[in-house]
Amino acid sequence: MFRDLYYNLIDFLQDFGAFVLFSLRLIMYSPKTLVKRFGLVAAQVHNAGALSLVIIMVCGFFVGAVLGLQGFSNLQRFNAEDSTGAVAALALVKELGPVITALLFAGRAGTALASEIGLMKATDQLSAMEMMAVNPIRRVVVPRFLGGVISMPLLAAVFSCVGILGAHVVGVGLLGIDEGSFWQQMQQAVTDEDIREGIVKSIVFGVAASLLAVWEGYSAIPTAEGVGRATTRTVVLTAITVLIFDFMITATYL
Amino acid sequence: MGSSSDTIIEIRDLHYSRAHRPIFTGLNVDIRRGEVTAIMGPSGTGKTTLLRLITRQLVPDHGHIYIDGVDIGQLNQEELYALRRRFGMLFQNGALLTDISVFENVAFPLREHTNLSNRLIRHVVLTKLHAVGLRGAADMMPQELSGGMARRVALARAMVTDPDILIYDEPFVGLDPISMGVIVRLVRKMNDALGISSILVSHDVQEISTVSDCSYLISDGKVAAKGSPQELSNTTSDLVKQFMYGMADGPVAFHFDAPDYAEQLLGRDAE
Repeated sequence: MFRDLYYNLIDFLQDFGAFVLFSLRLIMYSPKTLVKRFGLVAAQVHNAGALSLVIIMVCGFFVGAVLGLQGFSNLQRFNAEDSTGAVAALALVKELGPVITALLFAGRAGTALASEIGLMKATDQLSAMEMMAVNPIRRVVVPRFLGGVISMPLLAAVFSCVGILGAHVVGVGLLGIDEGSFWQQMQQAVTDEDIREGIVKSIVFGVAASLLAVWEGYSAIPTAEGVGRATTRTVVLTAITVLIFDFMITATYL
Repeated sequence: MGSSSDTIIEIRDLHYSRAHRPIFTGLNVDIRRGEVTAIMGPSGTGKTTLLRLITRQLVPDHGHIYIDGVDIGQLNQEELYALRRRFGMLFQNGALLTDISVFENVAFPLREHTNLSNRLIRHVVLTKLHAVGLRGAADMMPQELSGGMARRVALARAMVTDPDILIYDEPFVGLDPISMGVIVRLVRKMNDALGISSILVSHDVQEISTVSDCSYLISDGKVAAKGSPQELSNTTSDLVKQFMYGMADGPVAFHFDAPDYAEQLLGRDAE
């Protein structure tokens, strides 16, 4: 048993070391790739960002609508239903926007990144690039990583905005909250600091989600089962990492 | 180690194992400049692994591989990439990039490594696609091609930079007889016309006999036989005869190591 533990520990340390080296290479190659291969990065912003817009907007709207319903029914007990907009906006900008967007991003774009890179590995496309003296990390991995990093904060912003719209439709449109109070309370409650916290979270989550997705794809066992497992691991690891980081960043801002 | 001018690749005392299973145990091979050298051997011998070792996609446990006298194990990444620009490689499954068209696949090495104008790239790419009979498929996507067509596109891509060394991993698999004849002649013609050196891994003894200058038969991690197709055909070695004539009985077992057949079917485990 101790022998197994020892070998598991060695495996874990090897994997972790490889992950750290991989991350350092990504960071090292990113500035040059952004300039020299901007077209590839833009294409990945389209793939990871623009193609995720529908799911982000639909989910954002309904999360905002639920916040409107819950906020109204609970705040009404204290005659504070006018604050529904403020509560919904704070929840969306500081927490739900970045967190739910990151989870949806992992499910929609992260899995696509991991499986695409994993399949390229399984079908020798990465080896073929190596043989053509083209570094696959620069050509394939870094543009996808940067596409995710750029897309995530933008998607989180869209999520929050559409969520506020959802809360407005329910709160003002259906439940009869005064429109002026809805916006005024929100304007007074949400500070620059709150928005900054949301932006920091969405950037950190974007880096984490994109990094995990490209790493899982790149290190996948090049078989159908290996790629499937990498895809699953991308979602699970991103969810855990995002929630841990969320706790840490929230604690820092308190 | 210095290189003799007629040998482009020298493999010396190569050892390589995978998952504790030895693949090569002291392999020595010379690839002669300007010739087509065939690597043959039973399935699982490590022929593709050898190609990956020659191009340093894999690193040997022990031993050296010299290309033009340079030990490739000593190269840093930049030097390795400079060396790889002298190679063209046709992968077993084609390995075309699936997100770009046939034309862009063939143009890929030129766009990455040269500053040629679009007009010139178009000219070169169409010439190479014409050579493999697929100029008309330039705008298709890789997933629209059959296996044989994909392999021919991959061949066009491998030769688009006019490399010094062309490596073919099972180039004849999945080709119809017409395509196979064209490709066999193309391999020979390119080798002679451009003065390149070719390494060819294949099971097709018949085709290899018509195209190669020298063949290596690898078995049990070492070179079992070496010579021209004629010399191998006239050999007295049981192993070479078994392989060349596709005989079931001989030193190479058809069956992978397994317990006794009757015992396994009728024994206690069967219940």
